[in-house]
Formats: sequence, C-alpha cells, structure tokens
Amino acid sequence: MAKITLDNLAHSYLPKPSREDDFALKELNLDWADGEAYALLGASGCGKSTLLNIISGLLHPSQGRILFDDHDVTMAPTTQRNIAQVFQFPVVYDTMTVRDNLAFPLRNRGADPAYIAARVQQIAAMIGMESTLDRKARALTADAKQKISLGRGMVREDVNALLFDEPLTVIDPHMKWELRTQLKSLHHEFGHTMIYVTHDQTEALTFADKVVVMFDGRVVQMGTPQELFETPEHTFVGYFIGSPGMNLLDAEISGDKAVLAGTEISLGKGFGTLSGKVELGVRPEFTSLTSGDVGLPVTIKRVEDVGRHKIVRADFQGTPVNVIAKEGAEISPDMNRIVFDPAGVNVYADSWRVAPKVA
Amino acid sequence: MNKTVNQKAWFLILPVLVLVAFSAVIPLMTVVNYSVQDTFGNNQFFWEGLGWFREMIESERMWSAFGRQIVFSMIILAIEIPLGIFVALNMPKKGFWASLCLVLMSLPLLIPWNVVGTIWQIFGRVDIGLLGHTLAAMGIEYNYTQGPIAAWITVIVMDVWHWTSLVALLAYAGLQSIPDAYYQAAKIDQANRWKVFRFIELPKIMGVLMIAILLRFMDSFMIYTEPFVVTGGGPGNVTTFLSIDLVKMALGQFDLGPAAAFSIMYYLVILLVSYVFYTVMTNLDKRDGH
Repeated sequence: MAKITLDNLAHSYLPKPSREDDFALKELNLDWADGEAYALLGASGCGKSTLLNIISGLLHPSQGRILFDDHDVTMAPTTQRNIAQVFQFPVVYDTMTVRDNLAFPLRNRGADPAYIAARVQQIAAMIGMESTLDRKARALTADAKQKISLGRGMVREDVNALLFDEPLTVIDPHMKWELRTQLKSLHHEFGHTMIYVTHDQTEALTFADKVVVMFDGRVVQMGTPQELFETPEHTFVGYFIGSPGMNLLDAEISGDKAVLAGTEISLGKGFGTLSGKVELGVRPEFTSLTSGDVGLPVTIKRVEDVGRHKIVRADFQGTPVNVIAKEGAEISPDMNRIVFDPAGVNVYADSWRVAPKVA
Repeated sequence: MNKTVNQKAWFLILPVLVLVAFSAVIPLMTVVNYSVQDTFGNNQFFWEGLGWFREMIESERMWSAFGRQIVFSMIILAIEIPLGIFVALNMPKKGFWASLCLVLMSLPLLIPWNVVGTIWQIFGRVDIGLLGHTLAAMGIEYNYTQGPIAAWITVIVMDVWHWTSLVALLAYAGLQSIPDAYYQAAKIDQANRWKVFRFIELPKIMGVLMIAILLRFMDSFMIYTEPFVVTGGGPGNVTTFLSIDLVKMALGQFDLGPAAAFSIMYYLVILLVSYVFYTVMTNLDKRDGH
C-alpha cells in the first residue's frame, strides 16, 4: 500500500505533441492518499483510462513523474509496481481452471502453495464461485469471467493499489450492486488504495470516499461527493453530477449583484467585477418556483414526476432551467418566476468557479 | 405444417449429381475397376479380386515408401509449425513493416511447385548453384544427387522455405485477434514471456494452428512435384515418396492394377487422417462450448 503522487504528469499519444490539444492527458498534479477509495469519473474519452494505465505502468507518460511513497516509479515496468488492475472486458486464461486463474498472480510471485490454496478459497467465496473452481474458465459466461478477473485483481493482499477500469460494464445490474458492495467491504477490510474508473455518477458516488472528475484530459475537481454537489469547481462537474445537472445561466456580475438578461438579483455575497464568460450555476435542488414579481421570469415547459420529487422543466430567455420541487409541493399555473437559495449559488468565470470575497 | 410431396423436385439436384459423377465418382470408379482386374494388353481384362491389394499390403517397396513419407511429413511439421509460430510472434504488429512482411511472406506461396523445385535444383548444384558452390568452396561435402543425407536436407529445406509462410500467416492472423487487455492483464499478473505464450497466445491460436497442421500434413503427405524435380526420387530411391512411387508404378512400369489398388489405399489413409483431425478439432470446440 502506498501513497501515489502524480507530479507534472501529462501524456500524449502523438510522438511530438506541440499544442495542448495533442495531449490526451493534460498536465496535472495529484496526490492519492494511502488507503483511500477514489472514483475517477468522466465521460468516455476524457483520459480516465490513460491516467489509470500510466499509474499501473502499462503506459509511460510523455512528461512528469509518478511517485509511490516518494519513490520514483515513472519508468518502472508494471511488474515492479505491484499493482492490481481489472479491465473493462473480462480477461481470463482460457485453458486454466477458475482455481488456476485465481492462483496465477500469486504463483507468478512464488507464494507458498498452502497460502495460495487458502487465499484462492477465500476469494472464491467473495465472488461466489466456490462451486465452479474446478471448471475451465473458457466455458463460463461473460459475467462469471469478469468475476474471475475481479477475483484475480483482489487475490494479492500486498498490492500498492487496486485499479478498476469500468469493471462492471458487462455485469448484470443486480450483480453490480453486490460486487460493488463487496469491493467496498474489501476496501474497509484491507485498506488498499483503490481507484475506480467509471462514467456512471451513481457508481462513483456510492463507491468512493473521494471522486476525481475529469473533463477533456484534465482533472477538474477532486473532492468528496458532498463537495462535488455543493461547490462544483468547474461547470462540467456541475452538470455532469446531479440529476438533472446544475443550471447554468449567463450573467453579468458586479459586487453582490447579478444581472441575468435584464433581471437583477442579489447574490448575498460579493464577487468583485468578473471578466470573461461569466455564468451563474445553481443546482435544481436550490432553485424554487414562486409567483409574484421577485426572481427570474420563466416559462414552464413540463413537469416530470419521478416519485420522490418533481422535476420542473422551464425556460428562461431560451436557456433551459430545471427546478426540483418536493413531492406534494403545489405547482400552480401562475408560478412564473424562479428564485435561488443564496447558499446554493456558485459563480463561474470561463467555466471555473470563483470563490466569493470574504466581506 | 403439412409438406407437399413433390417427387419431381429430385430433378433439381440432377445437375449436381451429373457434375459430381463426371468429376469424381466415375474417375474414381475406373481406378476401382483397374484395381480388381488384370490385363495382358489388347484391352482384355481378367478378374483379379483383391489380389492387387494383397500384393500391395505385402509389398516391401510400398511400405518403405510409406515409411519415408511419414518421416518426411513428421520432420517438416516439426520444423514448420514451431518456426511458423516463432516468425509470427516476431513479426511487426502494425504499420509499414507489417504490410511489407506480409507481402514478403506470401511470395513463396505464390510460386508454382515445379518452379520451386527448379529454383532449388539449380540453387543446390555444385557446379553453378549459389548454395552448392558456396558449400563446396567452404569444404562441406554436399551433393544432393549422390548423398542421401544431402538429398533429404535439400528436400526438407525446400519444403520449409516454400510453406513455413503459410503457418506463419495463419498464426499471425490468430495472434492479431488477441485483444490488448490480455497482454496488459498478463503484465499486471506478472506473467513472464513464456507464460504469456503458453496461457494466452497458444490457446488463442490453437484453432488456426490445427488448420495449419492439417493443411501441411495433407500437402506434404501428397508431395510430388518438388522432390521429383530436384532429386527425381533419388539417389537410389531415398527420396521416393508415396506419390513419386505411385507415378513410377503407374506410368513408368504401367502396372495399372497394383497402382490402382495402391491409389485407393493411399486415398483411404488420407481420408482416415482427415477424419481423425476433424474429430479432434470438433471435440476441442465442444469442450469450449460447456
């Protein structure tokens, strides 16, 4: 187990990257604390897998360093890093039995046979495959194969980190929950540093202590699920996390006043004068409908009842705005204004969050 | 559902029956016909029964040709299959060099058999051949027209030169279809190069490899043209393989009866081996299916 430090790291798949766009992974500095469970969240193609493969040593970065506990491993091959990684699609050794598959990483490291036998039994119990241990792996279904892959990833106890690259893609939904829960309990039990790549926010938020959100080759925010929800550092985090995502409205801001398409609202905190593309970001949870003449005038398009609450889809001067109304809250036709809870208002300049000035 | 009975439909398969009859059944039947009869010329035939078959089974000449044939096929399989896999493993995976390798590898496969024979016949000659002359200049005694060992080596090297590409190309195609994740997982699991080959690559190319072995066995078992052009079956008859001996008997000595009986047995052996291969291959698939 180790603390992983990424120092000035960047990677390009091109031999001679010149522009910033050439980099699949843009320069980043990041510390992964020892023993924490992280989720690496982002849309497909944002560089998640690249980052993971650099940590495991399958890829060598174009620039920067990787440190395991202050020990430089940038150029060290995968075998020397003692990392476990599970891939998106199942990888099993076809000609081996399930038992041999699970024992393979241990045997390659010359572990004691008695220990291997006991450990394999333990892992088999964890993934629920004790009864199929002596069957050939090639004959199994895709999700059984993926369980073997997961098991092979977990079989070594002394790994520096456990990396998962969207491992539950091919697994049945009910099994997903079960396996994810097992991964979590495994984490509690052994305290491995875990990095779990996914594009599914539910998966990320339920699995991880901390979520790292990536966008376009950049790490835009690392934080607890609560931080991501309350203070997204980047507009991408705002609309990627949450269902529906954060409302983003173009605004002009001076001091503690914001002007949105001619309507002035008070922010309750000062931001000075901002330049660039300035946006107001408010989650639907902090937005509510009212009648009267306070707030922004909107047109309600439709109301979706999702059981626990209602999602109001509205339109403000051509920009869609979502409002979450509590179950049972009255929505009447004369409600044509929205107001924001000042606690939930964030200000963004050129997509990055601006912290309010302390008065 | 009731099917309508229409016996006239049989006429629809008539073209195929006629075609197969003329291209396969009737020629084979003439061979069968010869194999059970004897003649003293004048187109007069006498019933011989299974006599020729008995004679052939007891014939020392045939058994020694059969023995040489088996030894030859086994040697070229033992060289070409591992060598082909080795070449495939070391070929570039993509890019310009991969394409170039593929083209170069397929060149020998495009050369007609008798041309291959002629190339090696000249290449190995001590007086004008590059190989033969060079070996002679180095003081190595090499003469495929006189030395049995030299003749065998020449015939085997020629076959390896001609056909290893086929094995390599098939194995290469099999290797190309292995997803990257397998190699990455092997690195993570700290498998060494041998284990990667043994547990990832070999199982994944097993299917194409079986086809390669079958093709190479069949082809080498029926080999005729190349050794005929190079050594003519000699010196003596040390490189007289089954087909060469058969042609000698049928056309050289005009012993049509024994040659026909022998052809049929030859055919049955090949059929048997193919059947065994087929069974083994389908059993491999079945084992996968459960």
